[in-house]
Amino acid sequence: MAEILQISNLSEHIYRVRLVAPRIAKRRKAGQFVIVRVTPDGERIPLTIANASAEEGWIELIIQAVGESTRVLRDMQVGDHLEDLAGPLGRATKVEKVGRVLCIGGGVGIAPLRPIAEAFKAAGNHVTTILGARTSDLIILRDDMDQISDELYIATDDGSAGEKGFPTDIFARLLDTGNTYDEAVVVGPPVMMKFTSLKTLDAGVPTMCSLNPIMIDGTGMCGGCRVTVAGEPRFACVDGPEFDAASVEWDDLLNRLSGYDKIAERNHTCRIGTDEK
Amino acid sequence: MKNSPRIPMPERNPRERARTFDEVKKGYTEEEAVGEAKRCLQCKKPLCMKGCPVSIDIPAFIKELSERNFERAHDIIKNTNSLPGVCGRVCPQEEQCESLCILGHKGDPIAVGNLERYVSDRNMGGHEDTKMPSVGRKVAIAGSGPAGLACAGYLAKRGVAVTVFEALHEIGGVLIYGIPEFRLPNAVVQAEIDELKRMGVVFETNFIVGKTASISELLDEDGFDAIFVGAGAGFPRFPDIPGINANGVYSANEYLTRVNLMQAWKEGSKTPVLKGQHVVVMGGGNVAMDAVRTGFRLGAQDATIVYRRTEHEMPARVEEIHHAREEGVDFELLANPLELLLDDEGFVKEVRCIKMRLGEADASGRRRPEPVEGSEFTLPCDVFIVAIGTKANPIVSRSTKGLETNKKGNVTIIDDWGRTTRDKVYAGGDIVTGAATVILAMGAGKDAAKAILHDLGLNED
Ligand SMILES: Cc1cc2nc3c(=O)[nH]c(=O)nc-3n(C[C@H](O)[C@H](O)[C@H](O)COP(=O)(O)OP(=O)(O)OC[C@H]3O[C@@H](n4cnc5c(N)ncnc54)[C@H](O)[C@@H]3O)c2cc1C
Ligand SMILES: Cc1cc2nc3c(=O)[nH]c(=O)nc-3n(C[C@H](O)[C@H](O)[C@H](O)COP(=O)(O)OP(=O)(O)OC[C@H]3O[C@@H](n4cnc5c(N)ncnc54)[C@H](O)[C@@H]3O)c2cc1C
Ligand code: SF4
Ligand code: FES
Repeated sequence: MAEILQISNLSEHIYRVRLVAPRIAKRRKAGQFVIVRVTPDGERIPLTIANASAEEGWIELIIQAVGESTRVLRDMQVGDHLEDLAGPLGRATKVEKVGRVLCIGGGVGIAPLRPIAEAFKAAGNHVTTILGARTSDLIILRDDMDQISDELYIATDDGSAGEKGFPTDIFARLLDTGNTYDEAVVVGPPVMMKFTSLKTLDAGVPTMCSLNPIMIDGTGMCGGCRVTVAGEPRFACVDGPEFDAASVEWDDLLNRLSGYDKIAERNHTCRIGTDEK
Repeated sequence: MKNSPRIPMPERNPRERARTFDEVKKGYTEEEAVGEAKRCLQCKKPLCMKGCPVSIDIPAFIKELSERNFERAHDIIKNTNSLPGVCGRVCPQEEQCESLCILGHKGDPIAVGNLERYVSDRNMGGHEDTKMPSVGRKVAIAGSGPAGLACAGYLAKRGVAVTVFEALHEIGGVLIYGIPEFRLPNAVVQAEIDELKRMGVVFETNFIVGKTASISELLDEDGFDAIFVGAGAGFPRFPDIPGINANGVYSANEYLTRVNLMQAWKEGSKTPVLKGQHVVVMGGGNVAMDAVRTGFRLGAQDATIVYRRTEHEMPARVEEIHHAREEGVDFELLANPLELLLDDEGFVKEVRCIKMRLGEADASGRRRPEPVEGSEFTLPCDVFIVAIGTKANPIVSRSTKGLETNKKGNVTIIDDWGRTTRDKVYAGGDIVTGAATVILAMGAGKDAAKAILHDLGLNED
């Protein structure tokens, strides 16, 4: 149903697809996602809307090829159609003029961070961005983020781009040099969100995280995306995906996400490419 | 008055069927159906009809069937029920029409459900429905479950242009994603939907009303004259017990959706599902029965229902409980899970339960289950499925100004015809009543269709 308008690589495993989706493009807000089914026998997978044009009627997704669906999609061509595309789902990011906003993105989490940073900037905030990844190839959207942000910092584990180290190191330094922040948004792999938000919260900065639990329907029907927030079960697809990092029960989320690969093993079914994760 | 016994519907052998998704009940042969139909007394004051929520003219269709006028029988049912193949399979007839059938006083009531199913299956896909001439009005329907489909069918028959918007990629609501193939084959639902298509109903999947477009947009920009909301009660509830977020714990909806909608049981399906050896299901309704029987079909060694009251209080249909038993499901009655114990990889490995006893009756008149102190026991468990009910889906109500809901989040209707607190917006089915039945959802969809016709000045009488 959704036609592919453009598809291009951002790094070896990360690519960008532009899809015809006028309805979704018109309504989507920062923080929202779509559910995609690539092929008729494919899975339903959630992907953040990284960019969109209401006038031209398209949305863009930025995707890391990790498993079957994301790889099949990567190998599709302009003019091909996805089997299903539904959205925009989830609640929009609460964007207000608060003053100085810190945006920290890790890995493919930089994709969802982009529209959020853009919205905060448009609302008149001073936006400081820190991007982190294992190595320089995995830093995506660098130019976009540079344009959106008032300040941009980069950290790589191996020092191949920006500074060697973690985003939290840069954050610590920024604090030391007297910077203050009114709000932080952290998006990336769950482990990174957990540890990064511990630091920002420690520094007294209210912090939002965009959670990525397993989803099926994305409309509140299956309960698969449940996460414990402030001791209550919440459904990330309708109550989130963003939550106050201080209230998220991270270990629950981490366990459920890692369980997925183990399920594949337990069923003894061949899940192509699970080794690469 | 001597009453000949009811002709049973042939069923697959329990041991063999418990491992496949083929339908359990095989359907009547023509002779069986006609024979059963001939038992009907053709009462002057047919009580059976009083028990039918949509008042199917039961004696009339049975009479045609007994005379082998299969198409006429079908037309009579279709007059009031647009999904007979579905209702013939999943309606709780034993509590409805069949419970009131006069023959039931001295012997077996007529097998109304089996006959309805026979008539429907026999005519499946047979009729070429023609599109009615347009009356120049268009109505949107949010949700393609039985409520939405019934509303769509009723309106389309009267020349209204209907578009059904469905959030998922398949049409049918719970009929498709919830109720398993062995009880309601997806092909049966598909055949009924095809008929609606031939009547001109347009289906748009992957469209979440309230997200892809708001109710206001559909009314003001897309020019719909009215909207029926049939969004269902698919928001699962979880018990507040330790371990409930462990791996291997599913809501019945997630488990059944993976298996039924995403066909995870089939070779080549990309959707994984954990195939447990020891499946434990918490709950006692139809949903719990469907989940536990699905567990067997995915290869479980044992599959157990844990329910806090007795079998007598179980909300599931008697037939489903019976089928589950036959297939080898264990029942831990008067028992309640207290805690899920996990292995070192974060998967559930045991359920710790406690025995219950029935105490004093509560406000609802049901005796309240109370834990029996010191009676804890554990069951081995690698898949734990929660089937303790659902709440209203909040997407439409959260996104629609002026659409009031009650404390539970169900859309409030202001009369018996599904009118809501917002002009031009109607609602019915599980989103209004909370989880109920297929036939009640269909009745509500039809009532709302009548109200819509009335309010659009398209009165029939
Ligand atoms: C709200 C949300 C937004 C997301 N946005 C993006 C995005 O913009 N770009 C991107 O590359 N990825 C994003 N993800 C993660 C993405 O959904 C998974 O990488 C993808 O589902 C993997 O699918 P697959 O079939 O290729 O992999 P497989 O490993 O074959 O998928 C197997 C199953 O695991 C689930 N799964 C595996 N890993 C994850 C995960 N980390 N999060 C959620 N489900 C997972 C899938 O849904 C699927 O059911 C997002 C996840 C969520 C919940
Ligand atoms: C496993 C199971 C077994 C059951 N067994 C029986 C049985 O044997 N007999 C019986 O009578 N009843 C049974 N029921 C109950 C019965 O299925 C429901 O009462 C009935 O389906 C309710 O119909 P509905 O149209 O109100 O909603 P649903 O069938 O829930 O359909 C709602 C539809 O709306 C869609 N939707 C939701 N929100 C939106 C939105 N914003 N925009 C667009 N679409 C939306 C959903 O995706 C869904 O497809 C069972 C239920 C389950 C879950
Ligand atoms: S009550 Fe029973 S016997 Fe009488 S008409 Fe109805 S089905 Fe036939
Ligand atoms: S994805 Fe099913 S409830 Fe959120």
